[in-house]
Amino acid sequence: MIAALARIGRLALAALAALGRIALFTVQTFSHLVRPPFYPREFGQAVMSVGWQSLPVVALTAVFTGGALALQIYSGGARFSAEAVVPQIVAIGMVRELGPVLVGLMVAARVTSSIAAEIATMKVTEQIDALVTLSTDPMKYLTLPRVLAAGLTVPVLVAVGDIIGIFGGYMVGVYRLGFTPVTYLQNTVDFLEPLDIISSLVKGGAFGLLAALAGCYFGMRSSRGAQGVGRATKGAVVAASVLILAANFVLTEVFFSA
Amino acid sequence: MIRLCDVHKSFGGNHVLRGVDLGVERGQSMVIIGGSGTGKSVVLKCILGLIRPDAGRIEVDGRDVTQGDRDDFLAKFGMLFQGAALFDSLPVWQNVAFRLLRGRGKRPRAEAREIAVEKLRRVGLGPEVADLLPAELSGGMQKRVGLARAIAADPAIIFFDEPTTGLDPIMAGVINELIREIVAEMGATTVTITHDMTSVRAIADRVAMLHRGKIRWTGPVEEMDAARDPYVDQFISGRAEGPIETLR
Ligand SMILES: Nc1ncnc2c1ncn2[C@@H]1O[C@H](COP(=O)(O)OP(=O)(O)O)[C@@H](O)[C@H]1O
Ligand SMILES: [Mg+2]
Repeated sequence: MIAALARIGRLALAALAALGRIALFTVQTFSHLVRPPFYPREFGQAVMSVGWQSLPVVALTAVFTGGALALQIYSGGARFSAEAVVPQIVAIGMVRELGPVLVGLMVAARVTSSIAAEIATMKVTEQIDALVTLSTDPMKYLTLPRVLAAGLTVPVLVAVGDIIGIFGGYMVGVYRLGFTPVTYLQNTVDFLEPLDIISSLVKGGAFGLLAALAGCYFGMRSSRGAQGVGRATKGAVVAASVLILAANFVLTEVFFSA
Repeated sequence: MIRLCDVHKSFGGNHVLRGVDLGVERGQSMVIIGGSGTGKSVVLKCILGLIRPDAGRIEVDGRDVTQGDRDDFLAKFGMLFQGAALFDSLPVWQNVAFRLLRGRGKRPRAEAREIAVEKLRRVGLGPEVADLLPAELSGGMQKRVGLARAIAADPAIIFFDEPTTGLDPIMAGVINELIREIVAEMGATTVTITHDMTSVRAIADRVAMLHRGKIRWTGPVEEMDAARDPYVDQFISGRAEGPIETLR
């Protein structure tokens, strides 16, 4: 019993310590924002790989989720004759919650893992040491461009995801559930408020930062060997996912608790 | 030029360096020998500040390496890493010209490429290699590219970490020759790590043997064979019997 409690306590302390180190890592990363040299080429490449190349997977995730959401609300709503609210609930559900969260998790799966594996491999094969000896700060050259790119492009991905998700709901609503196109769109547009959209984009930015920071942090701290790379990648994806879901709760509280 | 005084370093409970004392004079070619895992790479990384020693003092040009401007300090060095450590996302020429493409020593792209091609030629690689990715090269070619990158900015001090390990004897001979020629041309101070005795004889002015975290023996290469040190003797003759414990 005592042993079990001690174990839980140790785990909690370790998690807190890790959180502290990630926070410190974040501060260090952003401190390079105002200290040259800068690496625009690396930033451009990161925008391509984080943003542009994530579009297909984001689109697919969103269209299916929006469609499924419409079906669920219709069949669930039928129990208390509320079938008519499908467009509104799809819009709110996608924009406020599912769009940012699903995009965030897809980015954690796709981007965090690849950042962590790439940087950990560089660490294990001494490429990070080589960077330093060539007078290049890995935080400036590797971390900052990726973190910045994710923070700026993931909101765009979320916006795209929101729109495609609503479109998925629209397709199901119009072709399966018998809504007229005009009513569906009208209801969607009338119901959404600016705050819904702002919260969606802010969440996207926060999730993007978390996803990239977790990837860089775990990659940079990778232990040696192929096993080290595997552990770093796994740790990064788990941490990014948990942090994103926790941040989602906090941000939802901030935006909508009043 | 380089001086280590009583340098200690542990990783957890693993006491790797236990008081290393070593001096390298300007223009000298120092070779560090010693078994695998004795901490030879750690010594070089401590000098470069990639690893922070737990205790001891390291000076380069009479200045403590922890003081002063990091960029100025690192600009003096070139390093060939044990596994070449080429950046696999960049083509060969950008690896070689890495320092020339960014930061303080930045030059126009065309000029940097020209220098890279020239350095590649110096290590025996043609211009057709310049646009390949490191993963498309054999191990020996990667080592040569690593060598070209180490000398690209004409550093005053060059470190070679196991330049011939994993190469066939002929390629190893070629690399040894290259290192000797380049060092003679550039007048650089060098520290080379190796456990290949042919390499030692080919490139060393002075030899230091690292064993159990200390410099066990050091002296001019001509005196190595007559050293009468049982450890050195066992190492250069490659015998399994002797004071160095082996796992069998
Ligand atoms: N970054 C590190 N973290 C933990 N242990 C390390 C690290 N670098 C080296 N070591 C350990 O130090 C010892 C010496 O390593 P190294 O200097 O690479 O040996 P070698 O003499 O073969 O170059 C090894 O036992 C190795 O496991
Ligand atoms: Mg080594």
